[in-house]
Amino acid sequence: MSDIVKTLHYDVDPKDFDSVGEASGKTKNVLRQLGFPPEVLRRVAIAMYEGEINMVIHANGGTADVEISPKQIKITLKDNGPGIPDIEKAMQKGYSTASEEARSLGFGAGMGLFNMDTYADELNITTKIGVGTTVEMIIRT
Amino acid sequence: MKVKQVIQILDSKIITGEEFIENDVFSACGSDLMSDVLAFVKDQGMLLTGLVNPQVIRTAEMMDIHTIVFVRGKQPDDSVKEMAKERDMVILTTDYPLYVACGKLYEAGLSGGRPTL
Ligand SMILES: Nc1ncnc2c1ncn2[C@@H]1O[C@H](COP(=O)(O)OP(=O)(O)O)[C@@H](O)[C@H]1O
Ligand SMILES: [Mg+2]
Repeated sequence: MSDIVKTLHYDVDPKDFDSVGEASGKTKNVLRQLGFPPEVLRRVAIAMYEGEINMVIHANGGTADVEISPKQIKITLKDNGPGIPDIEKAMQKGYSTASEEARSLGFGAGMGLFNMDTYADELNITTKIGVGTTVEMIIRT
Repeated sequence: MKVKQVIQILDSKIITGEEFIENDVFSACGSDLMSDVLAFVKDQGMLLTGLVNPQVIRTAEMMDIHTIVFVRGKQPDDSVKEMAKERDMVILTTDYPLYVACGKLYEAGLSGGRPTL
């Protein structure tokens, strides 16, 4: 698309729980500097943060790409993790396969995909068992 | 309710953000599950939690929450303090457990708030 004003790229580290959310926080700051309204900032930040968390606690990290245009923000999260066997089930509130370690940090409420679906205008998940998952979200401004 | 009233009600100590005690808090939410917090956006909200890891600060950052209360006497470490400072947040601690801390604030008129985006 020709109206893309900025693209961002981040690597999401699989081993460092403490840095989860860095990409989402930085993206939020960039959008704030570009003058997007608070509501848009929040929706992008929350949806992307949930996606980032999933890449760390369920997959082996991955990449986050953001395409910013005046009308929409597109977030693409790509991992090479185990894939999601049953997306419909995974989307349900409260469903979680998170580890004890992840839970002890406050993750694993099983609300992530539900939140992403709520805050994004479009959510597309492509997944292949043993290959990985790509989550694409569009937030219209 | 102002942050300074929260401090009084919860017998809180200020860990960082002394300069913001005159700020308003319109609603609050108490949880140890960060995704549950992320599910319910409210304006000028405050977060009470028994977790003291960097993810609490991140969650607050995404939600535009500027006031965090660590309950049950939990103390954040320096890196968490630093993260909060960089984001102009107020961090308070209280010895009360989560349920009691929330109850005291609710009783004093601080509501759960209405969801907004
Ligand atoms: N990127 C991913 N790779 C593999 N599995 C995933 C991924 N994202 C989500 N899942 C699966 O979907 C479930 C639900 O995800 P979510 O709603 O975010 O809840 P939670 O992360 O709290 O478990 C996860 O427990 C996991 O089984
Ligand atoms: Mg999740």
